[in-house]
Amino acid sequence: MKQMLNREPFALAAFSLVILLMPIWLTPFGANYPDLLQKFAIFAIFAMGFNILFGLTGYLSFGHAAFLGVGSYAAVWSFKLFTMNVLPAIVFGVAFAGIFALAIGYVSLRRSGIYFSILTLAFAQMSYNLAYSVLTPITNGETGLQLTLQDPRIIDNAFSTPGAGLPETNLFGIDMSGYPGFYFCAVVLIICFFITRRIFNSPFGLTLRGVKSNQNRMGYTGINTRPYTLAAFVISGMFAGLAGSLLAVTDPLAGAERMQWTASGEVVLMTILGGVGTLVGPMLGAWLIKYLENIFSSFNENTLEHFFSFLPEGLQAIAVDVSSLFVGEGWHLTLGVLFMLIVIFLPGGLMEGWRRLLRRFSGGGGGKSEPAVAVQPAE
Amino acid sequence: MVANSVLHVADVHKSFGGLKALSDVDLNVEEGTTHAIIGPNGAGKSTLLNVCVGRIRPDSGHVVFNGEVLDNHTPFEINQLGVSRVFQTPEIFSDLTLLDNVMIPAFASRDGAFSLRPFSKLRHEAAIREEAEKTLADVGLEVMKDREAASLSRGDKRRLELAMCLIQHPKLLLLDEPTAGMSRHDTNRTVDLLKTIKERGMTKVIIEHDMHVVFSLADKISVLAQGRIIASGTPDEIKGNPKVQEAYLGGAH
Ligand SMILES: Nc1ncnc2c1ncn2[C@@H]1O[C@H](COP(=O)(O)OP(=O)(O)OP(=O)(O)O)[C@@H](O)[C@H]1O
Ligand SMILES: [Mg+2]
Repeated sequence: MKQMLNREPFALAAFSLVILLMPIWLTPFGANYPDLLQKFAIFAIFAMGFNILFGLTGYLSFGHAAFLGVGSYAAVWSFKLFTMNVLPAIVFGVAFAGIFALAIGYVSLRRSGIYFSILTLAFAQMSYNLAYSVLTPITNGETGLQLTLQDPRIIDNAFSTPGAGLPETNLFGIDMSGYPGFYFCAVVLIICFFITRRIFNSPFGLTLRGVKSNQNRMGYTGINTRPYTLAAFVISGMFAGLAGSLLAVTDPLAGAERMQWTASGEVVLMTILGGVGTLVGPMLGAWLIKYLENIFSSFNENTLEHFFSFLPEGLQAIAVDVSSLFVGEGWHLTLGVLFMLIVIFLPGGLMEGWRRLLRRFSGGGGGKSEPAVAVQPAE
Repeated sequence: MVANSVLHVADVHKSFGGLKALSDVDLNVEEGTTHAIIGPNGAGKSTLLNVCVGRIRPDSGHVVFNGEVLDNHTPFEINQLGVSRVFQTPEIFSDLTLLDNVMIPAFASRDGAFSLRPFSKLRHEAAIREEAEKTLADVGLEVMKDREAASLSRGDKRRLELAMCLIQHPKLLLLDEPTAGMSRHDTNRTVDLLKTIKERGMTKVIIEHDMHVVFSLADKISVLAQGRIIASGTPDEIKGNPKVQEAYLGGAH
């Protein structure tokens, strides 16, 4: 990343191409339908933002789902109160998540290491519980926040009479469901990639890496680390809020389960699976998890029986019993196994696997041709 | 207090539990001089530097830097005032490259304790990069500038840390055994480098066990034993001081 040649336009063009062509190159994987593609884009944003905090500063937050949830609620409220246009919704989602992150980060960053993680976890669980109790007027409790026919929607209704059914989210008239929804999320993802790349290659990003590497030294180097880590925390919280609002854009409802600790844990897994501190690793991790979730959680006993039908009857029953533990509701077991395998054999995640491949094929010298930044303290 | 004193340690006490690490320590470091602190292991030398950079608060007494009393300053504030330190065990950014290691302190000096410009480009920081390369060259590490700092030998880590301090152009440089773990050749190189810095007028406090280094650099020497300054003076005065001989040859153990 130290070369004098400006790689930015090239990196952006290549990235945009890959993202916008996802419906095509994901076809052989059977993953080219809009719902899943939207998730790919949205969770890539979530993980990318999370990595700005975890990957650069080393602060491991276990509460980032809270910002995802806040983003969703804010976006749905924007749909209910003002307009079905998605732009105000994502602006509100990002803004509220940012404010929320500022408050939580301000308190949590007084501690580091495991204490920081526990504090963020506690705050997120608090938000989750509040959403079910005191805050039900805002969150609509267990039912979740939804659009209704009685919503004021003052901006929309000032310009046109409401139709009979529930309106769709839109971008100046273009419905945000299906492929248009995916392309909207994809463009937002590309913008996020640009921002993240800039942060990675800025003195600010370098300073954050210094915090991760040796916070003690930072103090004696004249750097006040607190505002730096807080800035990283708020930025990554805003990314999460953005992802949350996009979830609402593609499907306008928001529930508290989005804030649960399992959701916070998932983004940690995505980041580690892909490669902590690398530019595109967390996105790859998000894709892998969402893809496998899609496959494994759709399996049920019938599909398994069919799959193992070549076995004799007794064996088939055993095979189905064992493998059904890993699919459907139990797919998290598969995720757990995958996670263990990666952490043990590829501690740098998918990106490390990629670098190893490159090195093998370029005979040792290579491995530096990625715009991504290596972060693991070298093999 | 001496008129041109850069660092003034006034009557500092510090105990760890029952252990008196520093008692009644007074020290004046004059502008542009190199002040060596010597003394047996566990005498409290590093503790004295810790008090100066705000790592440890004294139980009583004060540290005054350039007329400013450092009672409530945090380490980063003290650094921003112009104090840089090389630690006894190197404090570097192990998983970053040497160049990054030196650029971080350069940014800290230029931009202050905090500057939020997340979109400015490192690529455009040619001046800082050049200075970082030059500083690495000064300590003899320029060929390794893209290596990860963790891969350096102990002596090289020390030289890297020295470069991280020098690029800040501090008013006061504190060095805690800067040549420990270095080969004779590297030690001599470091001594030469420190001599050139002195010509530029930088004030230094140096803790050192190697008497050859001490006597080739120091304008003044203070001897610390069991938390007390038992002698202070020019190198010649110290050489002839019987109390010093005793502290080194028998009394300390
Ligand atoms: N943070 C601390 N907590 C408790 N005791 C400490 C602490 N720091 C130093 N000490 C003790 O204070 C005494 C002085 O330690 P210090 O590190 O200042 O000695 P030193 O003169 O630098 O020795 P050396 O030459 O071995 O580096 C030692 O007995 C040490 O164990
Ligand atoms: Mg010491």
